[in-house]
Amino acid sequence: MYKIEKEKLTALFQMIAADQELFLPIRNGGQVNFGPWSEAVEVDLETLNSVKSPKDVFFPQSENLYTVKQNDGHMCIEPEELKNQDFVVFGIRPCDVKGVEVLDKVFLVDPLDSYYAARREHATLVSMACNEPEETCFCKAFGIDCVEPGGDVAVWRVGEELYWKPLNEKGEALTDKVKSLLVEAEESCVAEQQAAVRKIVEKLPYADLSLDGWNGEALDAKFNSDIWEKLYTPCLACGTCTFVCPTCQCYDIKDYDTGSSGVQRYRCWDSCMYSDFTMMAHGNNRTNQMQRFRQRFMHKLVYFPANNGGMYSCVGCGRCVAKCPASLNIVKVIKAFQEKGGEL
Amino acid sequence: MCLDTLIPQIGIITDIRQETPDVKTFRVNAPEGGKLFEHMPGQCAMLCVPGISEGMFSITSSPTNQEYQEFSIKQCGILTDYLHGMETGSEIMVRGPYGNHFPVETELKGRNLLFIAGGIGLAPLRSVINYVLDNRDNYGTVDILYGSRSADDLVQLKEIQEVWMKMEGVDVHLTIDREQDGWDGNVGFVPTYLKELGFSTDKTALVCGPPIMIKFVLAALEEMGFGKDQVYTTLELRMKCGVGKCGRCNIGSKYVCKDGPVFRCDEVDELPDEY
Repeated sequence: MYKIEKEKLTALFQMIAADQELFLPIRNGGQVNFGPWSEAVEVDLETLNSVKSPKDVFFPQSENLYTVKQNDGHMCIEPEELKNQDFVVFGIRPCDVKGVEVLDKVFLVDPLDSYYAARREHATLVSMACNEPEETCFCKAFGIDCVEPGGDVAVWRVGEELYWKPLNEKGEALTDKVKSLLVEAEESCVAEQQAAVRKIVEKLPYADLSLDGWNGEALDAKFNSDIWEKLYTPCLACGTCTFVCPTCQCYDIKDYDTGSSGVQRYRCWDSCMYSDFTMMAHGNNRTNQMQRFRQRFMHKLVYFPANNGGMYSCVGCGRCVAKCPASLNIVKVIKAFQEKGGEL
Repeated sequence: MCLDTLIPQIGIITDIRQETPDVKTFRVNAPEGGKLFEHMPGQCAMLCVPGISEGMFSITSSPTNQEYQEFSIKQCGILTDYLHGMETGSEIMVRGPYGNHFPVETELKGRNLLFIAGGIGLAPLRSVINYVLDNRDNYGTVDILYGSRSADDLVQLKEIQEVWMKMEGVDVHLTIDREQDGWDGNVGFVPTYLKELGFSTDKTALVCGPPIMIKFVLAALEEMGFGKDQVYTTLELRMKCGVGKCGRCNIGSKYVCKDGPVFRCDEVDELPDEY
């Protein structure tokens, strides 16, 4: 393990960004989101959750797939260039790292999504332990230890120091690059803080949230439960939960006619909360908001785990808890079923 | 560079046949001739028109056809309106093939087959029917029950009359919904005619058509004593990517574009009732 004084963080960012892009949490207009570092931006490592999850570093909110041009009266397809330069994501939280692992299960399985895969291949994740978990946090329910970050390099902020620990070859390579700024440190230096933060986690409002019964079984009983009718009613179908979620990956493919530069076929985030999401020429298989609401949570808690060895498509980041204008969220769903026990 | 599966190839529309007032069959070739790709019966492909959109269509030609691929398309939306306005010689973008296929080389081999189609639902089954007829020795008897709103709405009528009806060991049963001048065949809905014909249960049934027809046909087959594992059908949900990632066609733990569109009925029964 290594450490660096917090005062030298700007020097660290300069060194990382000297020959590659660096994405980190940036405060802009009162909101924190991940964006590219420059001398001019205000880095914010204190805010726990960025408004949008950092998933758009790998799966942008909107990205061009290819452009179709007319050449001598013939169509000509120009695929968008794939990411081919290394870059670093600094300050990604342990829950959001797990969120990227969930996206990997979607985009890196056959057939590989080459746009996503190229970004993953070139990225080094520097994941930052949490110091002050919020009341909306419930990552523990999904087996995440917020003081033991994953990714390629783990970092902890303790007092005036930032502790730095490479976790794999990619992490070692980045460490070598910035070694002139780092000094060696003992792992025990972060242990005290880890223990203190874990104690806070135990006292959070959702600390007792249990996923018992969400093991992919009793699909019919859950699907047909009358709990959904009671739960969904406040839902405005605004889609906020899906856009701030680190694991939601539904997308649309659309065309943008640039005029003289051809037609861009791009993909953009979409939401299963929207009424036209499943609309076809001959009808819609989810005709009301209850069905769409149910689909989102059944997917995260039942269908996705069934396909992925029990891995849930939720990481407990709490963004939906904090952002839903109608105070609906996945915790309410889990608790509603928890309270009913076996009687669905 | 390895091209992503979302990036189409360019094909040429080399023939367009008006099948019915609202269905046309489009023949597609690679620009240098021949097929754009190989496929299996039941698989689909995405047809893309830049500036309009793209949509998933079943490949109606059989893989045994070495020269081209065909798509029978009903005019019912923005993309299909545009497609119906296209002319022979036009370029079109195609990506695929996507999805699974009817198990023509495994479970269906050696079986007596009963094809049940309604309206444009003949399109995916035609691929299997011609595959079976081109490999006739590998399969038992073939019965084809096909119905449509009217005699004018029967797709591929020429091929049905001139090829399928003339083949030995193939029985074709046509029906239309309402009486019509010049029609001396059966009149009545497909599920009703199915029960009237009363097929023996030594067959495997392949069913495709509008959702309401599928529903009543499956019930009729069950009533006739067919086991759920003797019946195959196809599901159709909204699709964008075709590779199980965009989320639209997710139903239960399946993605219709990738795990389907072909499902055996005991598999359909395991899905939540949302199709």
